[in-house]
Amino acid sequence: MTERPFLRTFTTPAALCALGFAAAMAAVLQYSLRAYVPGSLDPGGFTLANFADLLKPLYARVFFDTVVICAVTAVATLIVGYPLAYALVHIEQPILKSTLLVIVVTPLFLGEVVRTYSWIIVLGNNGFINSILLSLGLVEKPLQLMFTSFGVVVALVHVTLPVMVIMLAAGLSHIDRDYARAAESLGAGPIRVFLTVTLPLSMPGVVAGTTTAFAWTFSAFATPQLIGGGRVNMISNLVYQLGFASFNFPFAATLCVAGLALTAVVLGLLQIAARPLQKIKVH
Amino acid sequence: MIPRSTYQRMLGWIGRITLICIVAFLILPAAVVTIAAFNDKPILSFPPQTWSWRWFARALAYDDFRHGFFNGLIVTAWSSTIALFVGAMFAFAIDRYRFPFKSLIEGILVSPLVIPHFTVGLGFLILAAQVGLSRGFAVVVACHVVLVLPFVLRSIYVSLKNLDQSYELAAASLGATPFRVLTTITVPLLLPGLVSGWLFAAILSFNEFTASLFVTSQRTQTLPVAMYNYVREFADPSMAALSVMYIAGTAALIAFATSFLGLGKVLNIEQTH
Repeated sequence: MTERPFLRTFTTPAALCALGFAAAMAAVLQYSLRAYVPGSLDPGGFTLANFADLLKPLYARVFFDTVVICAVTAVATLIVGYPLAYALVHIEQPILKSTLLVIVVTPLFLGEVVRTYSWIIVLGNNGFINSILLSLGLVEKPLQLMFTSFGVVVALVHVTLPVMVIMLAAGLSHIDRDYARAAESLGAGPIRVFLTVTLPLSMPGVVAGTTTAFAWTFSAFATPQLIGGGRVNMISNLVYQLGFASFNFPFAATLCVAGLALTAVVLGLLQIAARPLQKIKVH
Repeated sequence: MIPRSTYQRMLGWIGRITLICIVAFLILPAAVVTIAAFNDKPILSFPPQTWSWRWFARALAYDDFRHGFFNGLIVTAWSSTIALFVGAMFAFAIDRYRFPFKSLIEGILVSPLVIPHFTVGLGFLILAAQVGLSRGFAVVVACHVVLVLPFVLRSIYVSLKNLDQSYELAAASLGATPFRVLTTITVPLLLPGLVSGWLFAAILSFNEFTASLFVTSQRTQTLPVAMYNYVREFADPSMAALSVMYIAGTAALIAFATSFLGLGKVLNIEQTH
């Protein structure tokens, strides 16, 4: 005991937490293999029927939509986030830099509900964008932005942006500036320096950011629920509806398990596809 | 051929305009919600014709928001404090010792980072039903502890890595018991890491929504859940007023964290992984 003081005291609470969480995940797995008894909260016997139901067009469609929304959001967030991360790393003035940092980081702590609600006010039929367009006479009647995949993706990009920027900025800040200076001194223009030096060297950050953006979007619930309004459904919305509208907890659990498997596969593929890019290293 | 200096200036301007557009996109919702909060009319309209503070008064007086706020404080206080103790002790053990199942326990505790919150919420809901626990605060707190623990663990682990162990060795060689070394040397030196880890956990727990929606009941619903239910049922600007207060409160906390703890530290946490 004198060699490793407090070992047992310090690890027991953590082990209990791990046990509790493992039990919760095991409960999901166990429910995913149980039959649904309509009208009862208790599940029936063990069956694989839930997993067979996943292939029904209705559910397969939601899976497909979810992956498309996550992929589009991840790529759009990357495109919007890269210039911001680049500016955050390269701006020299301290005041400008910390202002930008606060603007980027604050939304991260605001929570999904407040930010989604704000987007409802921006995108709604008598919301901000439509009021401007109508008063300028650019459109005759309000544009339908709410309850569309476009609206959902715009809000999701906004929700995911801070994480993406932080991860890209972490990657960019680790690049030695001397490489860019060397390229410049050899006569490369700014665009060429960026495309041949900075961009390839920032690839690890790009891969990490895109992966995280995908996983975050997959986990989003309030944004597709409120802005999609039932017309744009992601797996998270289906899980909630099944659980709290029809009390079909076994199938909700099946969707969770299948969703986890799907994310694992997609992220695994992304890592494999990115492997050649990550080999680009100078040291 | 455009001269090089003109070309570079042009690029600089394109960069600046792009940056301004992106920052505008980031700020837009907060700006719009602020304007909407001061609109006197009960329906949304831009620009507002008349202005008033009445939605702020209404949001503050609304029972569900008040209960949600106090429930949130209860859940946040318990879960972030428990997560701090559990996380700090375990981070210490990971940093210093080798013990059986070390990486397994660590792996399980960090996994909520990649598992969607709706799955975590459903898991705790089913587990609570299976062990016959009612949907009280205990389940909500347990769920939040698990969700914020990865952040606490990482933040304290980074502080431990930066800790100079020679102070502890010096104290021990002078005859201090392990307990005395821990309380008089290690914990005081770790204090900034402990405070930022706790603050981080508290902010995340207070704002947690998706898992809370699954594990809370009418009696235990936290503020984000109460706000979500309000948005689904009503369209008046009370919610906008509450959002403005929320944004102002969070910005103040961030400003506090920046000046006292260094926002860079929060980013360093992200950098190390």
